[in-house]
Amino acid sequence: MSRIVIVDYDMGNLASVRNALKAVGYEAEISPDPAVVGAADGIIMPGMGAFGNGMRKLGERGLIDAVRAFAASGKPLLGICLGMQLLYAEGEEFGAGPGLGLLKGKATRLPDAVKLPQIGWNVVEPVQTAHPIFEGLDKTFYAYFDHSYAADAVDPADVAATTDYGRVYCSVAARNNILGIQFHPEKSSKVGLHMLANFGRAVDSSPCHQRV
Amino acid sequence: MPLAKRIIPCLDIKNGRVVKNVNFHHGTWDAGDPVELARMYDEQGGDEIVFLDINASWEQRSATLDILSRAAEQVFIPLTIGGGVSEVEHVRSYLRAGADKVSINTGAVKDPDLINRSAEIFGSSTIVIAIDCKRGSDGGWEVYLQGGRTATGIDAVKWAEEVWRRGAGELLVTSMDADGTRGGYDLDLHQRLAEVIDIPVIASGGAGTLGHIAEVLTTGRADAALVASIFHSGQHTVSEAKAFLAQKGVPVRT
Repeated sequence: MSRIVIVDYDMGNLASVRNALKAVGYEAEISPDPAVVGAADGIIMPGMGAFGNGMRKLGERGLIDAVRAFAASGKPLLGICLGMQLLYAEGEEFGAGPGLGLLKGKATRLPDAVKLPQIGWNVVEPVQTAHPIFEGLDKTFYAYFDHSYAADAVDPADVAATTDYGRVYCSVAARNNILGIQFHPEKSSKVGLHMLANFGRAVDSSPCHQRV
Repeated sequence: MPLAKRIIPCLDIKNGRVVKNVNFHHGTWDAGDPVELARMYDEQGGDEIVFLDINASWEQRSATLDILSRAAEQVFIPLTIGGGVSEVEHVRSYLRAGADKVSINTGAVKDPDLINRSAEIFGSSTIVIAIDCKRGSDGGWEVYLQGGRTATGIDAVKWAEEVWRRGAGELLVTSMDADGTRGGYDLDLHQRLAEVIDIPVIASGGAGTLGHIAEVLTTGRADAALVASIFHSGQHTVSEAKAFLAQKGVPVRT
């Protein structure tokens, strides 16, 4: 059984991600320890809250280098909500600041013409329709969102799915082993559970964790 | 793309069981195990679950915290919990137990700054402010506390605006005139709120038919409808409600 670690950087409800993984047959460990993160076969970085706080907390726990090193190892990494935004080079919530820089682009505020935060179910339209994270899902689907900032100025090649709220933005990002999901799969009922199961399978089949 | 209008089954819980009070104080009946019901509503396409703990004091909440943690293990849509929150620590313990959002009612009226403090620590989208109100003789609505027992003299629409400014992420507004009557939501109230408030409003009180739900989400301009009796009684399923709304052209997650 492969080891999935949920990165604990004190930004939001991590247990709900663990509960959802468990419901689809994957046990995950919640840990703030860079060594545990490094030894995982797959990591999930959830998170709610402000970008600057997120980076600060990651830094305090020595997790910035750990997550970057993990990404470089080629093993599957999934960022959810704030965890996705932190994958980008830059964020601007409560002052501009650098992110993890694993994806090109930045997290900027959605237009004020729409109610913010976006709280509720919106449509996700996969662009990379053959990506394994969408396997078994409908062509478009509703998912549960809760955020005010979203990916911007991204590399079009990384856009796996888009969502329209005030502007059309990248709601699922994928680049090699790195995945970002702006909505909450752990709160998106059957569709979300299905995506987490797809991620679990990606971790299982990742060549990087074939043990001798 | 507009957000889907949400259908939110509401479970009033007391001593670990679901109850639905008709007109708040008359005739209570038992409708079952909260976690089982929440699972069923997730299965049927409910968009969120709201638990309202109607026990009187914070000390009686251990059963509720237990329900919450069990629900969080089995229900994979957002969970909101309300009841007795008067301090930041109460918000924290509900969130720790597995809630995604916490609803504050009386505690916010008595200490409005609690909204700012909670929103600052946990994020606006975590904080729902619940407002119970009744129509006054002046054409407005007055905020009531303690489950409708205490009048405050506060104008509900002005209060809604204030809590939004203070950082609330959503409002859950119950018309106590309509609640439990199954006679339809207070459409005037929700229209008025939609004119003034720029955060999502969950309409509560009065659903008796699927037509009432459609009405408050269209004419009433509410973002979500809280529904209790018509689901708990088995009169309709959430899936039936969604199918009805979709047919009426209301954007819903099906």
